[in-house]
Amino acid sequence: MSILDDAKEKWTGTINEVTIGATKQDGGTRTSVVTVGGAGALPFMNFEGPTPRAPVVAMEIWDREPDDWAQPLVDAFGPVLKSPADWARKCVEEFGAEMLCLKLAGTHPDFGDATPAQAAEVVKSVLKAVGVPLIIWGCDHDEKDNEVLPRCSQAAAGERCLLGAVKEDNYKTLVASCLADGHTILGLSPIDINIAKQINILVSEMGLPLNRIVMYPTTGALGYGIEYAHSIQERGRLAALSGDKIMSLPVLCMVGSEAWRTKEAKASQQENPAWGDEKTRGIYWEIGTASTFLQAGSDILVMRHPAAVAAIRKTISELMVK
Amino acid sequence: MFVIGERINGMFTAIGDAILAKDPQPIRAMAEQQIAAGANALDINVGTRVPKAERPAVMKWLVENTREVTDICLAIDTPNLEVMRVGLEAACSKGRPGMINSTTGQADKLSAFMKLAKEFQARIIGLSIDENGVASTADAKVEIGMRVLAAAMEVGIATDEVYLDPITLPLNCAQDAPGIMLETIRQFKLLSDPAPHVVIGLSNLSQGATERGLINRAFLVMAIQAGLDASIHDPLDEELMNAMITAELLLNKMIYSDSYLKAYRQR
Repeated sequence: MSILDDAKEKWTGTINEVTIGATKQDGGTRTSVVTVGGAGALPFMNFEGPTPRAPVVAMEIWDREPDDWAQPLVDAFGPVLKSPADWARKCVEEFGAEMLCLKLAGTHPDFGDATPAQAAEVVKSVLKAVGVPLIIWGCDHDEKDNEVLPRCSQAAAGERCLLGAVKEDNYKTLVASCLADGHTILGLSPIDINIAKQINILVSEMGLPLNRIVMYPTTGALGYGIEYAHSIQERGRLAALSGDKIMSLPVLCMVGSEAWRTKEAKASQQENPAWGDEKTRGIYWEIGTASTFLQAGSDILVMRHPAAVAAIRKTISELMVK
Repeated sequence: MFVIGERINGMFTAIGDAILAKDPQPIRAMAEQQIAAGANALDINVGTRVPKAERPAVMKWLVENTREVTDICLAIDTPNLEVMRVGLEAACSKGRPGMINSTTGQADKLSAFMKLAKEFQARIIGLSIDENGVASTADAKVEIGMRVLAAAMEVGIATDEVYLDPITLPLNCAQDAPGIMLETIRQFKLLSDPAPHVVIGLSNLSQGATERGLINRAFLVMAIQAGLDASIHDPLDEELMNAMITAELLLNKMIYSDSYLKAYRQR
């Protein structure tokens, strides 16, 4: 026996691997797929257990031109913001995105009220434009999502998209669509670990296996509850690694939308001279938020600014070095 | 909790009959039912209706038939070294997990069973019994527990592969025994770092009593609070399992959700 006892943690659980995207071979048309999960220890603690798969960044795109995005974001993309397909192409071809998160913001009754058929057309156009796997996100309006998402699910049948998000009191419609069309699902819980677990049980009871569910425990930006969101996520991961199979699912974080909502990211230098140049400040805010959630064990980070995406991908590749 | 299902035991009529009739179906069905109900391991006991000379062969048959339906840990329940070896050979084939149930603290027996545990990389249960019989006080039980752990370390078995059993006596003949057990469980957990596991054969507690289910349930909850982390009992007793799961939940050993009973069984 050595003089000092070995302080390494021994974990009994492993995070499920979830694959998003289906190639021709698997009944889809994607040219690449993404598999997340598989961790057998806290992130990047290779001396305790494996982090076999690198966390993945998905770039966020919208079905309509955003009207409230900060100028540095608008400048980074330019005119493609008017066309989801062009926007998608730019993310993949120019910024090397491995996955996209298509937010159907324009279907919200108060922000465009696009019809289910229109939304499905957008989904099709994006799937046609790029070969990477797709996250399809509703407008966070339950009734409208229940009309829109099943149509989008059908339009993307066989592509094994990640559809979201379902909640404790609104999940049956979308889970049924996922089952019918071969997708994976995103379960949303409002920074509440008990509800996170409950959603996983409810969804799996409908017949969707646990390796087709990703958790979204909601995200707090740097300065806006990040500690709380981090500790909830970490508690879930510790339970999973200790053998709680219901919690052993990959986790997604909405980094971009949360970080760029803060006044620290958006405010101009004119308003707050001491805060520095807004051209870079928001990017740093997004990087700071994302890198914190990497440490909590996030598997998918949905991000916005290409410079922040590039920085985090570099960070991930450095952390993954064994 | 590490639940060791007790139902594949020749003392139960249906299983005893199946053994004598060489009918594997009730054995396999019982294995599957217990696992579905939340058992993490299955105890295998040939019972007393089989003549002694035939017990090794019957143990082999029981284990092999159970292995037809599951790869989970099988606890070979016999005090006999030869029957134990035969059982472990069948249980631990192809790298699957086995458990020795059990050894006493008598020096010669302890050493032989520990070697067997090492050979098969099996977990091992050590009873609070030695050459003087069942230890009746917490101090005497802990002293035997120490001996069991020392014997394990001697052959290179980690202390967290060892399950100490304070011996369950029927409530209606030793009413002070449950209190002594609880005290023993607390002290067992302090014996080493990492701590040994503590297991009980729960059902013996209510042997011959009325309200058996209630007695078992109440004591299991108390014992979990004292540090018990394994139990040999009937996982088909749904109320017992619900009480156990809820006790662990109250001790913050798992994350609450509204469907926590279902969640536990989905593991």
